[in-house]
Amino acid sequence: MSSFAADNIDVRRRRFLTAAATVVGGVGVAYLAAPFLVSWSPSERAQAAGAPVEVDISKLEPGQLVTVEWRGKPVWVVRRTEKQLEELPTLDDQLRDPYSEVTTQQPPYAQNQDRSLKPEYLVMIGICTHLGCSPTYRPEVAPEDLGASWRGGFFCPCHGSRFDMAGRVYKSVPAPTNMPVPPHNYVTDTRIVVGVDTETA
Amino acid sequence: MANTQGTTGLLGWIDDRFPLTKMWREHMGAYYAPKNFNIWYYFGALSLLVLINQIVTGVWLTMSYKPSAAEAFASVEYIMRDVPWGWLIRYMHSTGASAFFIVVYLHMYRGLLYGSYKGPRELIWIFGCLIYVALMAEAFMGYLLPWGQMSYWGAQVIISLFGAIPGIGEDLTLWIRGDYVVSDATLNRFFALHVIALPIVLLGLVVAHILALHEVGSNNPDGVEIKKKKDENGIPLDGIPFHPYYSVKDLFGFSVFFLFFALVVFFAPEMGGYFLEHANFVPADPLKTPEHIAPVWYFTPFYAILRAVPDKLGGVIAMGGAIVVLFLLPWLDRSPVKSIRYRGYLYKGALAAFTVAFLILGYLGALPPSPGRTLLAQLCSLVYFLFFFLMPIYTKMDTTKAVPERVTYK
Repeated sequence: MSSFAADNIDVRRRRFLTAAATVVGGVGVAYLAAPFLVSWSPSERAQAAGAPVEVDISKLEPGQLVTVEWRGKPVWVVRRTEKQLEELPTLDDQLRDPYSEVTTQQPPYAQNQDRSLKPEYLVMIGICTHLGCSPTYRPEVAPEDLGASWRGGFFCPCHGSRFDMAGRVYKSVPAPTNMPVPPHNYVTDTRIVVGVDTETA
Repeated sequence: MANTQGTTGLLGWIDDRFPLTKMWREHMGAYYAPKNFNIWYYFGALSLLVLINQIVTGVWLTMSYKPSAAEAFASVEYIMRDVPWGWLIRYMHSTGASAFFIVVYLHMYRGLLYGSYKGPRELIWIFGCLIYVALMAEAFMGYLLPWGQMSYWGAQVIISLFGAIPGIGEDLTLWIRGDYVVSDATLNRFFALHVIALPIVLLGLVVAHILALHEVGSNNPDGVEIKKKKDENGIPLDGIPFHPYYSVKDLFGFSVFFLFFALVVFFAPEMGGYFLEHANFVPADPLKTPEHIAPVWYFTPFYAILRAVPDKLGGVIAMGGAIVVLFLLPWLDRSPVKSIRYRGYLYKGALAAFTVAFLILGYLGALPPSPGRTLLAQLCSLVYFLFFFLMPIYTKMDTTKAVPERVTYK
């Protein structure tokens, strides 16, 4: 009697219904996958944690670096010396992006020769643009381990990337771009706020 | 009444309802393996042994470990100092991680020696490569959990690798971390993946690996297909049942393995900074990178390849490519013979060069970079890739010896 049943099967209709149900089910699975994938994005709490940080720079000596934490990252404030600032333009031909043309790496107001609001103070996120290590501050000129051409700057111990005293990356090192300058502004002459462009409070 | 397996009583009752005797016969009692296995054939069973060690000690560690940025480091120290026998369980787990890679590397190298990846065993090799990739992910995520300096900055560097992908890279790293930096959210999800998701994937892949092996049968040091010569009962003439012959042989291997394993666990659990790195005894500090970052030894060959390329995206592609190319091995090798015993000097030379290059890369990857070392790493990376890319040519040109009809003892 099985041949009787087989004779009455509309195979095309059955195939169409199976395919249609699979497509609709597939769309449903894709929609269901979305919440699981989006769930990995930063939570509301993580997004809210990026509150601005205030830095007092009144006690900063020339050549000194202080580190503050902003959004879990080290932010450096460096008071550069006259000599260091004078040397910045002389390095241009050794650098990958001497005029800070990669706009994602600094706010528009820091897209200048010394990559800062006030030339004396460099405000920068202390994370190497290669693989995220925190470079070491090496202000000394021509130390033994960095070679005679070293004019002071930042050296990443992880993979050997080199940056000058404005966080501009040298050529032929692994890091592709200059180190990022965070949004910041001066509340007073001696107080910097890191995390906002202009004080709104 | 006896069933198809001929069993009666309680076993018969079970066999009527569940293929217990059938499975036992297929995978143990009547699985015929070649009789000429040598010492290289221990490492598959040893991988399984270490996997069980990792699962058991891992379950016990989760009982005292706290997957939060505030408590993780202290909870590991708590396990080491205050939990009864916690130090032993933790050292068995951390030593087991390195032991896992030792036996897996030797197991994979066995495949290279005897052509075990060649047809009809391509899928066994691919499942094996997937196990290797899952194992690397498992090890990487596990290494973040102690929340030491090397955990933190190692994770920072490896996650940043994904940032090199054009277009989506930065968003992808944000999505993986779940925060703007490696943080509590990252630690917590890595814990979930390390303890639940990846072990399930690993176990599934191991089952697939073994099922595929038992479907086509084991290779052997001669690269002879034993199924070609069978007796009147359909049993391979050169085959012996896995149990008791190889189950007992493997038990002996286990005892030798445990001897070395115990020596490390009890006398050198840190292995001079190679199994547990010194910088990881300092709690994670997001503001300060350790002077010298190196991955644990089992990742150093690939890390050396990454550093050898003086370009961010190029380095990441080279490192990924070094692993992806393993999957292609069955189709790159055009040699008519499997085993190195019957291959010519071209393959022997290529394999020797590859072995030396891989070891040097592993050594260089643990050291800080210098211009001379980078040059050497570039040279060795070249050898690594040429071994694979030139394989279709030199395996075809190679002069091979005649493969015997039956397995031999050497």
